[in-house]
Amino acid sequence: MTYVVKPKFHHPELPKNDLGYTHRDYEGKISTLCAGCGHDSITGAIIEACFKLAIEPHRVAKISGIGCSSKTPDYFLGNSHGFNSVHGRMPSVLTGANLANRDLIYLGVSGDGDSASIGFGQFAHSIRRGVNMTYIVENNGVYGLTKGQFSATADRGSKSKRGVTNTDSAIDLVGIALQLGASFVARSFSGDKTQLVPIIEAAIKHNGASFIDVISPCVAFNNHTGSTKSFDYVREHNEAVNRLDVITGRAPITVDYAPGTVQVVEQHDGTKLALRKVDADYDVHDRLAAMAFLQKHAAKGQVVTGLLYVDADAEDLHAHLNTVAAPLNTLGEKELCPGTAALEKINAALR
Amino acid sequence: MKPTDISAPDYFHKVVDCQWACPAHTPVPEYIRLIAAGRYSDAYMINWESNVFPGILGRTCDRPCEPACRRGRVEKEPVAICRLKRVAADFKDDIKSRLPKTPALKNGKRIALVGGGPASLAVARDLAPMGYECVVFDQDAKSGGMMRTQIPKFRLPESVIDEECNYILDLGIEFVGNKRIDSLKALLAENFDAIFVGCGAPRGRDLDIPGRKEAANNIHIGIDWLSNVSFGHINAIGKRVIVLGGGNTAMDCCRSSRRLGGEDVKVIVRSGFEEMKASPWEKEDALHEDIPIFNFLVPKEFTHDNGKLTGVTFEKVKAVRDAKGRRDLVPTGEPEQHFACDDVLVAVGQENAFPWIERDVGIEFDKWDMPKVDSKTMASTHPKVFFGGDAAFGPKNIIWAVAHGHEAAISIDKFCHDEDINDRPAPQVKVTSQKMGIHEWSYDNEIAPDKRYRVPHRDKVVALRDIKAEVELGYDVELALREAERCLNCDVQTVFAGQLCIECDACVDICPMDCITFTANGEQADLRTRLQAPAKNLTQDLYVGDSLKTGRVMVKDEDVCLHCGLCAERCPTGAWDMQKYLIDMTHAEQACQRHARSAA
Ligand SMILES: Cc1cc2nc3c(=O)[nH]c(=O)nc-3n(C[C@H](O)[C@H](O)[C@H](O)COP(=O)(O)OP(=O)(O)OC[C@H]3O[C@@H](n4cnc5c(N)ncnc54)[C@H](O)[C@@H]3O)c2cc1C
Ligand SMILES: Cc1ncc(C[n+]2csc(CCOP(=O)(O)OP(=O)(O)O)c2C)c(N)n1
Ligand code: SF4
Ligand code: SF4
Ligand code: SF4
Ligand SMILES: [Mg+2]
Repeated sequence: MTYVVKPKFHHPELPKNDLGYTHRDYEGKISTLCAGCGHDSITGAIIEACFKLAIEPHRVAKISGIGCSSKTPDYFLGNSHGFNSVHGRMPSVLTGANLANRDLIYLGVSGDGDSASIGFGQFAHSIRRGVNMTYIVENNGVYGLTKGQFSATADRGSKSKRGVTNTDSAIDLVGIALQLGASFVARSFSGDKTQLVPIIEAAIKHNGASFIDVISPCVAFNNHTGSTKSFDYVREHNEAVNRLDVITGRAPITVDYAPGTVQVVEQHDGTKLALRKVDADYDVHDRLAAMAFLQKHAAKGQVVTGLLYVDADAEDLHAHLNTVAAPLNTLGEKELCPGTAALEKINAALR
Repeated sequence: MKPTDISAPDYFHKVVDCQWACPAHTPVPEYIRLIAAGRYSDAYMINWESNVFPGILGRTCDRPCEPACRRGRVEKEPVAICRLKRVAADFKDDIKSRLPKTPALKNGKRIALVGGGPASLAVARDLAPMGYECVVFDQDAKSGGMMRTQIPKFRLPESVIDEECNYILDLGIEFVGNKRIDSLKALLAENFDAIFVGCGAPRGRDLDIPGRKEAANNIHIGIDWLSNVSFGHINAIGKRVIVLGGGNTAMDCCRSSRRLGGEDVKVIVRSGFEEMKASPWEKEDALHEDIPIFNFLVPKEFTHDNGKLTGVTFEKVKAVRDAKGRRDLVPTGEPEQHFACDDVLVAVGQENAFPWIERDVGIEFDKWDMPKVDSKTMASTHPKVFFGGDAAFGPKNIIWAVAHGHEAAISIDKFCHDEDINDRPAPQVKVTSQKMGIHEWSYDNEIAPDKRYRVPHRDKVVALRDIKAEVELGYDVELALREAERCLNCDVQTVFAGQLCIECDACVDICPMDCITFTANGEQADLRTRLQAPAKNLTQDLYVGDSLKTGRVMVKDEDVCLHCGLCAERCPTGAWDMQKYLIDMTHAEQACQRHARSAA
């Protein structure tokens, strides 16, 4: 743990976003995680994505469970709302918050233990309900905080630091998310910010349940040979299907792409996702093909990364439930107590 | 880019901006840390070894280190490096026992030094402890040169000059005062093994305009007037004084005038206020003493009433850029302006003069009548004669005189031992890790946000009453500690070992200054645009490290690194380390440990 205070000085040439903020303005407290932890890089990527999107920090709610990963919301967006909930309960707390105030941007931050072990059910329901959120799992294959026991995402046959082989099958959260109807599904690697930052940007801009599985090596307990979540293993087996550029606003796409190599997806709010294809046959709109593709490559020991599936026209939980358009805290007495006549009407409908 | 060769002594030296900028390469951060630790004597000795006159320079140095200080690139003002030097001098204990001893056994070589200013004294200090017999001749009664005769006592008290000149003279140096050397030929005939010329640039430029001769009684050449004030020959001036010129001499003239009866004292310069040669802090001090500075005025005539000076007439000019972008002063065409006064001090420049050097003794002079001197060895075209200080390349300052002195001493030592004077000894470099434990470093890496502290000044009314009352009072211990904390420890270097790096990005994420980038290699110009933050300061190097598994390179822009050590603190593998880099510029004494070290 670092005790030195991070100096306030910053590079004099640091770029500013539309709000006049530098990326330093999106930082939180100094991390208390082990030096080199992949989670810290994800923190860096979230900071970068929010800076690039010129998000107002007070419009964000960061919600997490328990674990090293779930501690990270303290290390980014120091001026946002936050709720560090109970182990595995981030999805429920987030769903509740979202129902109460649909105007905030929800960042759900969780770990593989938090989401695939104790919180598996919670994870599943928030995805199938289509909660409008960016759900990030910082996936290191172990319970880092409790000293490195295998989690439910550890691959069968992979070895613990002490040399014990994992005999259980792994849960692939990406595969489950696809199956449960997530409308934005991606996988990335903490050691590759050029891939990760635009994915987070696109997820934040997506309307509906966005799920990102980020492989994030635990340098203390899961970065050895025999691990399938180590820096070396992921770098060697990384199979990126595409590279993403996010173009916000109505600006035309000015980046030069070779013809036939790029697919542009326009999201609900006008954000354009320019996908440079690495795998020519991969189609981000085909949920079934994506699932097959993932399984095929997983069998070969490959880690498929990139934007795997997106449904640009997805609807969220509020649309499904036909809820009121305004956040509950903005409703006045008149809307909340519409009077006896309205009550009579409702009662009549139930008779 | 090729991976950086950090074993080249200059690479890390350049990162220590202040030390690199100091002509004598004083290890600035090292002495500032010692001041913070309350070890004033140690801080003093480090200075003494490099720059010979810490107490004097701590009050008067032109401080080329401060504009170079990295702190000035991350916030508004640099560390008060110069005034911290004075703190070391003010609070040290008696250091006499730590000074070198004169060897009982001399080496049989005799050196003559012409002039007793800082240049000659630096040479003598380096040579005397090695057994050289040094004889210093000066036309004045006391040593110190212009430090004593020119710099007013309210900036530099006599006691400080005495103390630091005596440290040197007490090394067994023979000082022959009141002895003007009138002939180099005669001196050469005295069979000294080598001669050092440190006679300075003693002539003040005059202003040959109408009225100069007629009103001569009240028109004084600045540097002559200042030395007369210093010797006590002059102790009054008229109520209304005009000082012509915009350099250090002008500033000292006007401030001295205010103390000798001048009530309405003005400085009038040809150039613009911004382009004046005086340092910003000198102008500030003058303005503070109610001395207005008028600019863009060219003196045309001294007006007088039957030989009694009545004032000066000026032509108004403005600055225009010519086709080549050079700045030119052209008349505005407005009517001339007259300023009334009782006395004028002419401080429009200083010149060298060598009337005592015969032109046929083997010393070549160039077309400006300056001796041809080698800027590295300080050798003239006569093998036995070396130059330094203002005598070598025209008027500079004390710290340059000292730097010249060190180099000349090495040359003289080599010359006296029949060695090639062009074969310069390499500096000694020591690099030591500062890591003590997982989160423990042997230097204070916390970055203090404090703004620069002002040095307390004597009350103006009191100061103006007495020309010998020192204006600056110096930092007290408390202020010195706080100012010292502003230093960024730029000599504690970030050292990268690529073969240990697992490319986890922890250092990139934590670095407060966005100094570190992992990327594909490229040409420098291209790399500079592809970093976390653009590297636009071309005077600062990029540190390139290779041996990474992904084939990328680590590129660190040295420009605004705070040396906070967070990169090393957050690196899981120790690929970054913080290592203190001490470079010991070789002086004659180390150089003489012959064959111990190879040449640079
Ligand atoms: C008004 C004024 C203010 C200054 N203020 C500063 C300042 O604040 N900070 C700073 O760094 N620099 C300052 N300088 C410049 C600085 O004083 C000089 O650059 C420095 O003293 C040069 O050192 P030197 O050893 O080369 O020569 P000098 O200091 O000039 O010493 C030369 C000595 O040689 C003697 N001499 C000359 N010819 C002969 C001869 N033929 N025989 C015997 N003796 C001889 C002279 O009398 C003199 O004592 C100032 C200069 C002036 C004029
Ligand atoms: C209800 C409950 N059960 C168990 C724990 C103990 N516990 C704390 S963190 C953790 C695992 C965290 O693993 P993961 O979510 O993968 O986070 P990581 O530390 O690996 O980032 C466990 C089991 C707990 N805090 N609460
Ligand atoms: S234990 Fe593992 S997951 Fe937790 S902080 Fe350390 S490296 Fe990161
Ligand atoms: S010491 Fe390291 S972390 Fe600190 S500013 Fe320099 S490169 Fe960045
Ligand atoms: S923190 Fe250390 S291991 Fe990680 S990228 Fe930086 S130098 Fe490499
Ligand atoms: Mg985990």
